[in-house]
Amino acid sequence: MSLPARSNALHFGVLALMVVLFFVLPPYYAGNLSRIMVLAIYAMGFNLLFGYTGLLSLGHAMFFAAGMYGFGLPMAHLGVPLVPAMFLGVLSAGLLASVIGFLALRTSGVAFMIVTLMFAQAIYLTILYFSTWTRGEEGFVIQQAERMVMGIDLTSANARFTTAFVLFAVTFLGLARLIASPFGRTLIAIRENEERTRMLGYDATRLKWQAIVVSGAVSGLAGAAYALLFGYVGATFATVQYSIFPLLWVLLGGAGTTIGPLIGVFFMFYLIDISSSYTNAYMLIAGLALVLLTVFAPQGIAGELRKRVATWLP
Amino acid sequence: MDFGPHLMLASLEGAVIAAILALTAMGLSIVFGVMRVVNVAHGEFYMLGAVLAWFVASLLGGHPAYGFVAALLIAPVLVGCLAAASDWLILKRINYDPDRTIVGTIGMLYIIQQTTLMTFGPDARPVEAPFNTRLALPWWEWGEGGLTMIWPWGLSTTSYKLFVIVAAATILCALWLVITRTKLGLLMRATQQDSETAQAFGVPVGKVYSWVFGLGAALAAMGAVLVVPIQQAHYLMGHDPLLLSFIVVIIGGLGSLPGTVIAAILIGMSDGIISVFFSPTVAKIIATLLVAMVLVFRPQGLMGRKAA
Repeated sequence: MSLPARSNALHFGVLALMVVLFFVLPPYYAGNLSRIMVLAIYAMGFNLLFGYTGLLSLGHAMFFAAGMYGFGLPMAHLGVPLVPAMFLGVLSAGLLASVIGFLALRTSGVAFMIVTLMFAQAIYLTILYFSTWTRGEEGFVIQQAERMVMGIDLTSANARFTTAFVLFAVTFLGLARLIASPFGRTLIAIRENEERTRMLGYDATRLKWQAIVVSGAVSGLAGAAYALLFGYVGATFATVQYSIFPLLWVLLGGAGTTIGPLIGVFFMFYLIDISSSYTNAYMLIAGLALVLLTVFAPQGIAGELRKRVATWLP
Repeated sequence: MDFGPHLMLASLEGAVIAAILALTAMGLSIVFGVMRVVNVAHGEFYMLGAVLAWFVASLLGGHPAYGFVAALLIAPVLVGCLAAASDWLILKRINYDPDRTIVGTIGMLYIIQQTTLMTFGPDARPVEAPFNTRLALPWWEWGEGGLTMIWPWGLSTTSYKLFVIVAAATILCALWLVITRTKLGLLMRATQQDSETAQAFGVPVGKVYSWVFGLGAALAAMGAVLVVPIQQAHYLMGHDPLLLSFIVVIIGGLGSLPGTVIAAILIGMSDGIISVFFSPTVAKIIATLLVAMVLVFRPQGLMGRKAA
């Protein structure tokens, strides 16, 4: 099989596997699948920037939150219908990403991480400050009656899975396509050697800015989808912890691989799910995972697979 | 109270915050200066200092002064050893790669924080101050009979708070002496200037890194032991000092020690004053945005030199 055919087979295989899992697994685990897929969208958005472009943002929660609040606030206060609100969510995350990208790209390396961390902190505090509308830490609930589209109740198990699956599939295939395109290839070139890419005549800063905007918009889509499917909007999703999670997922699954983010979310989800039934200090597992990964397997699961078994892995 | 006495009270509170902050930020700053890595777990070393101070003080019992002095001697050493061990165990293995160090220290942050939650518990616990006399402060007013001294109600501080300021200043002076006058300081400065050349001249760079990482953590722990009689020990208390230390180190110029002290005084005083007169959330929003903007438009900081 040629390379594109192989990666197509892999991607459609993964999607088919998700559908099969939904019908085979008992209800509790099948229900978890929707959450895992939505979080995987977030991880994929982060992966585009971290894994493929080589920019480590420590503030991606602000884009997730921008999608969430861009979707939830107009619905709760202005009565905007569901589908346009979804677009508003993605749009506000994309806009925020374009502004932050413009400012943050003037720095690089450690300074880039700290700048994104600081902006995300400012956004989080702003959400707390305008608690009249956002209800701060407590958050607000999007009523079940509002989560209907064309007469279909999105809170039912089947509709929830279908929505999450469609959004996941579109993002998964879309990003895989993007990575294989000349644009994606140039991003990888920037990750590998920015100076050289610049010397070959590419406008690296502009490309990186575009990567931030796409990454932010995808993360925003995840935020909006999370609010849509689980009906809750809260400031917790804007905290530093939610900026660290995608990093953890992507590192665990394999940065710079198309299937890495999904694998990472799967692993981490069940790792925390299982450990939180034993202890309330479940973040200890996350910390240990981070340290062990950085020391022993900086490439992650899919990365190690690519190194040892299947070098063709996209 | 009038505006004048109120401002004086706010600046006194600010001075205490600034003193603690100077110690904590100095730890972060020397680690960055010598090793060129950002230690995200710095706030947790601070928290550990406070928690260990509580353990030491409650184990010893007796007069609060014994417990406090013992804590001030034991806690920073323990925290420093732990930090040096984690440097040897984790950071050395990833070759101090800047990106991987950040990820690794984020992992350390959660490990330390959650282990404390499992052992120390979620409660905030106080450590008694060794002495805590209330001192009323005078204020001068231009009245009918010329300048008169009055004692406004509520304008007071405690002897312990003044002690914190003096102690922090003493520790910083001692640190300055260590860096400029001792062999360890010489090795540190050599490593900072050019670690490869230093290694070629026989400086044990690996050992210096462990020492510096331990010293940085110990400074944070000393700040925490000093603060714990004013502010209780809690497993999440490391978050704010980490953020503020970042701000101080960036504003002062990454790796510039005098810049760090000046910025700590500036930020600590204004934090104290702004949060007395305005909402603390607004103060924090302004501070974080300011730091981001300084990094974007003046990456070398206010006092730092341009990177070569």
